[in-house]
Amino acid sequence: MVSFILNGEPHLAENLPPETTVLDYLREDLGRTGTKEGCASGDCGACTVVIAEAHEEKLQYRTSNACITLLGTLHGKQLITVENLSSGQALHQCQQAMIDCHGSQCGFCTPGFVMSLFAHFKNHASPDRDEIIESLGGNLCRCTGYKPILNAGISMYENGNTDEFDKSEKEILKKLASLPKADPGLQANSRAFVAPTSVDELAGILLDHPNARLLAGGTDFGLEITQALAQPELIAYTGNIESMTRIEVTKNIMHIGGAATYSNVSPALISHWPELKELLNRLGSVQIRNQGTIGGNVANASPIADTLPPLLALDATVTLRKGAQQRTLALKDFFVRYKVTALEESEFIESIQIPLRDSSDYFAVYKVSKRIEDDISAVCLAVRWRLDGETVSDVRIAYGGLADIPKRSITAEKALKGRALTESSIREAMAAIPQEFSPIDDVRASALYREKLAKNLLFRAYLATIQGDATLRVADYVT
Amino acid sequence: MLRKDSAPGVEPKLTQGHAGTAIPHESAHLHVTGQACYTDDINLPSNTLFAYVGLSHASHATIKSLDLDAVRSAHGVVSVITADDIPGLKDIGPVMPGDPLITKSSVEFYGQVLFAVAATSQSDARRAARLARVEYDPLPANLDIEAGRKADSYISPMHCQQKGNVELAIDNAPFSLEGKFASGGQEQMYLEGQVSIAIPQEDGNMLIHTSSQNPSEGQKLVAEVLGIDHSRVTVEVRRMGGGFGGKETHANQWACLAAVFANETKRPVRMRLARADDFSSTGKRHPFESRYRVGFDKEGRIRGLDIDLYGGCGMSADLSNAIVDRAMFHIDNCYYLPAVRVRGYRVKTHTVSNTAFRGFGGPQGILAIENVIEQIATATGIDPLKVREQNFYTDEGNRNRTHYAQTIEQHIIKPLVTRLTETSDYYERRKDIRNFNAENDVLKRGISLTPVKFGISFTMQHMNQAGALLHIYTDGSIQLNHGGTEMGQGLYTKVAQIVAREFSVELSRITCTATRTDKVPNTSPTAASSGSDLNGMAARDAATKLKTRLCDFAEKHFSTPRSSIRFDNGQVLVGKKKYPFEDIIKLAYHHRISLSATGYYRTPKIYYDRETATGRPFFYFAYGAAVAETIIDTLSGEYRVLRVDICQDVGQSLNPAIDIGQIEGGFVQGMGWLTTEELKWDQTGRLASNGPATYKIPAVGDTPSEFNVELFPNSPNTEATIFHSKAVGEPPLVLGISVWTAIRDAISSIAEYRISPVLDAPATPEQVLAACDDLRSSRAL
Repeated sequence: MVSFILNGEPHLAENLPPETTVLDYLREDLGRTGTKEGCASGDCGACTVVIAEAHEEKLQYRTSNACITLLGTLHGKQLITVENLSSGQALHQCQQAMIDCHGSQCGFCTPGFVMSLFAHFKNHASPDRDEIIESLGGNLCRCTGYKPILNAGISMYENGNTDEFDKSEKEILKKLASLPKADPGLQANSRAFVAPTSVDELAGILLDHPNARLLAGGTDFGLEITQALAQPELIAYTGNIESMTRIEVTKNIMHIGGAATYSNVSPALISHWPELKELLNRLGSVQIRNQGTIGGNVANASPIADTLPPLLALDATVTLRKGAQQRTLALKDFFVRYKVTALEESEFIESIQIPLRDSSDYFAVYKVSKRIEDDISAVCLAVRWRLDGETVSDVRIAYGGLADIPKRSITAEKALKGRALTESSIREAMAAIPQEFSPIDDVRASALYREKLAKNLLFRAYLATIQGDATLRVADYVT
Repeated sequence: MLRKDSAPGVEPKLTQGHAGTAIPHESAHLHVTGQACYTDDINLPSNTLFAYVGLSHASHATIKSLDLDAVRSAHGVVSVITADDIPGLKDIGPVMPGDPLITKSSVEFYGQVLFAVAATSQSDARRAARLARVEYDPLPANLDIEAGRKADSYISPMHCQQKGNVELAIDNAPFSLEGKFASGGQEQMYLEGQVSIAIPQEDGNMLIHTSSQNPSEGQKLVAEVLGIDHSRVTVEVRRMGGGFGGKETHANQWACLAAVFANETKRPVRMRLARADDFSSTGKRHPFESRYRVGFDKEGRIRGLDIDLYGGCGMSADLSNAIVDRAMFHIDNCYYLPAVRVRGYRVKTHTVSNTAFRGFGGPQGILAIENVIEQIATATGIDPLKVREQNFYTDEGNRNRTHYAQTIEQHIIKPLVTRLTETSDYYERRKDIRNFNAENDVLKRGISLTPVKFGISFTMQHMNQAGALLHIYTDGSIQLNHGGTEMGQGLYTKVAQIVAREFSVELSRITCTATRTDKVPNTSPTAASSGSDLNGMAARDAATKLKTRLCDFAEKHFSTPRSSIRFDNGQVLVGKKKYPFEDIIKLAYHHRISLSATGYYRTPKIYYDRETATGRPFFYFAYGAAVAETIIDTLSGEYRVLRVDICQDVGQSLNPAIDIGQIEGGFVQGMGWLTTEELKWDQTGRLASNGPATYKIPAVGDTPSEFNVELFPNSPNTEATIFHSKAVGEPPLVLGISVWTAIRDAISSIAEYRISPVLDAPATPEQVLAACDDLRSSRAL
């Protein structure tokens, strides 16, 4: 049984298959068809809903793609859909602004945009074009060209930044607090969704059920359900394990819980490594970042996962847990081959550790993809080097998109270590890359392009180190 | 007629809400609240079945065996059908056969329908559809234009348009060059995928709800597939979540399959494609290749153009003949070609049959000539804008006849481009950009202006007709219906505004009802930018009839001269007395005046003789131009569009807000076609870019941060179109070409604009980097 707030009132869902998505539940079971299915893969945002949670005695409003959000994850939260925004005849500011700015044409993407704008309104006190773009990056519109929607995002603030949701916030918090705390879960025909609340409990479940599917976000696992039509026996959700969602810094090490979402981790990461900001803002979309976890990104071991090259370059380690046993591995040793990791049966990622930086480290992360927003890297490069005078005393060069796993270029690192950072040494390092990697041709990029990017991005990092990156990035010219 | 239509050039005084004024989309309040009902949102009875299709995993093969036992015995399955179970017509090719509803013995593309299954839930149907065991005998497959061309594989004969002696003209020209150029296809990527519902009615009749731009064709095909009269099938379309041409013919198959199951089981059946299958199994914009030889003088004026266009049609004809024709009709764009030969080849490939997509071949033809213009500009060293202006159609020297012998009558492009050049500060910025490029090695900027002239009318004469149905009820409210479909373009809004203006009543009196084949029969698809031209005129005709009836009645009833009766803002003025509109309606009803009328329109003047390849296929032309500025990264090929300025000729706009929305949206869609939208197939012919994760349409950050759009002022259509407006659906898409040429301009700077970069479309970052590297190595030589 899953309990959450819907339409401002407590709502119970039960006797449903564990893989039931929020979108299917809304549309097929409840007949609430305002939320649309565009792609069922988390890539278009037409199904965007807002999930509100109590956080420091306030409600925290976050968007999510209902198509790949499993119903069981809603337990204890408030689900807000497009049908809930207006109060009586009065439209929410974001809805009225969309009408006034001619922000809808066919209207099919509109509910999703409205929900993203609503969440933006709740999370930002005043309008800023770049921030609005970031909030809407996961919503596709094929009709308008986006300009009127951006205008709506600005003009929705014309009458201030408070709304009816502020007025009902206390009441909703009270209702959230009074929802049953009991073990949430869903069950149908012996298949189940469980949401343990402690690491020990999770470890026990995985020992008992080695085939249980771990749900740590699920932005990739969701595709198995909606595209491959998977019907797992048991889904174990990590999001309710408080200790696994924590982010802490102790003794110069940042500890990131295996279930912490990108959105929750980003501020901490960016405060220590501002160079990660662009990458984190371009990782999926806000909806994806609100749902997905870095732990999931690591465990999924995709060669094109965006957080992995920087984690490799920063010498991250992973702490794995199996039953009562814990072990810690260097991240570089975690990836075995394509989508195969060092994880044993019943073992899971409890946390990730990143040593804090030495202030003299130069660090850069470059992601190249066809599209800026919500696209997967053709190549991602993370570079970290430390210069003693002109000499490279320490260096990490890690690539995504070049091999079957995210991987450091040991030969390029060797070509630089202990040598002066000059055009000739960097060109030697570049020349080493094809010997070490044979990238694949696929739908996103050819092998040749990937190889060129691998070299050129390294060259860009060199240029940026010696001359600054003021004239190196097209994004800086977009006003 | 009670009120003379305003003369061209004279803006009538307009009432807010009436045609000519900017108002929001009629469904905007429903869109933003989630209340707008799309086909998949229709509340269905609990006994509804869900249909799905089994798709081929080979691109060209004979089917050795098809074992459906596991499908039949899967959970929830109620029925499984193959080609043998279709009661009537088995081939749903819209113009000529070639599109089996369910293929029987052979497969001609990866993703072709082999069978269909109906189950008690969508997920059961999808799961069951994957359980078939199929054995294929593979046949050689031609997967692209090049392969089809080499195999001499065409879906229909070549068509040629010719003017003058092109060989002589090119040979005698001071300069000539030749080359080839390719542009990729494009997925419509409507946000609402293909979906249809069939609900069986009594006595074997069928009601279809579908997301289709062509309800009449859907009606015809459902009836013929079931083997019943057209009159027994009703198709309803309230709205689509986008169409862009992808639901002109490619919506039919899903409606027909749902209908076959509904007919068999006597239960409602919904058939909705999952996105990946929608990508794989429905048609896209045609990829094109052009091979050309062009002669020109030192000013860049074209003397002769010999160009072959190869359209990649996919496995069947579908609409490809008209699409390749439209590419040929647009090979001149805005340019006078003294001598020309254009040959259009319809290449058959073993890929999904390509279909309509906003522009319908026109953009591909225009892109082909714009590439030629770019080559001439590089060869002559003249600013590409000057080369374009040199070649514009003009009455001077009789440079005003197209290659299909239509005379250009309204010369808008020159003043429009002059205006845009000034408002966009083109020349000053071009100078700045050259300076920037001289100072920067890694980043390069580019700027370009491209124009469009787009022919308006279906090139099939008979399709240029439309009907409407108008009822006035005794409370003075008006119900409006017409044959056009609403896919977001604001057609219902515009037509309602037209009727409001005709009756001079408040727009709120008018309710638009869903497009239905039982209200207005035998309609044409909503396509070719023709929606408001055709349906607006038909609705106006109905309104005029009713107004005439009401005036006849008032004249007699009030014994007053006709000239003293006037409809004015919800009132009817009779002499010095004012009556609310509804009072006159009530009065007319009590005097037994019919308050319902049909309206009809057919476009005048148009014809095309395919034998001689001459005629006047277009009632008029819509014009526009765009200036785009880009910046590229020569290390990665990444780029951004920094600024876009557009001036578009829409005649006298029916709704400036909607028109600007069409222009901005069309532009961004055209930009997507030529930049990030890349269709890729693997060696087996499977579409690899089969969803928004791998097929990248523009996202919000791709919208130019400075994006100025102006409607070309004081430029009423000189033809008697509805309130002298012009079509706006397709022409602005073509302006996306300016982004491609601006990227090209930025790349050209690498070799000081002396070498023409090789840059096929789409110009993905990968292509851009390759072109940069090419120029860098040529420069080094």
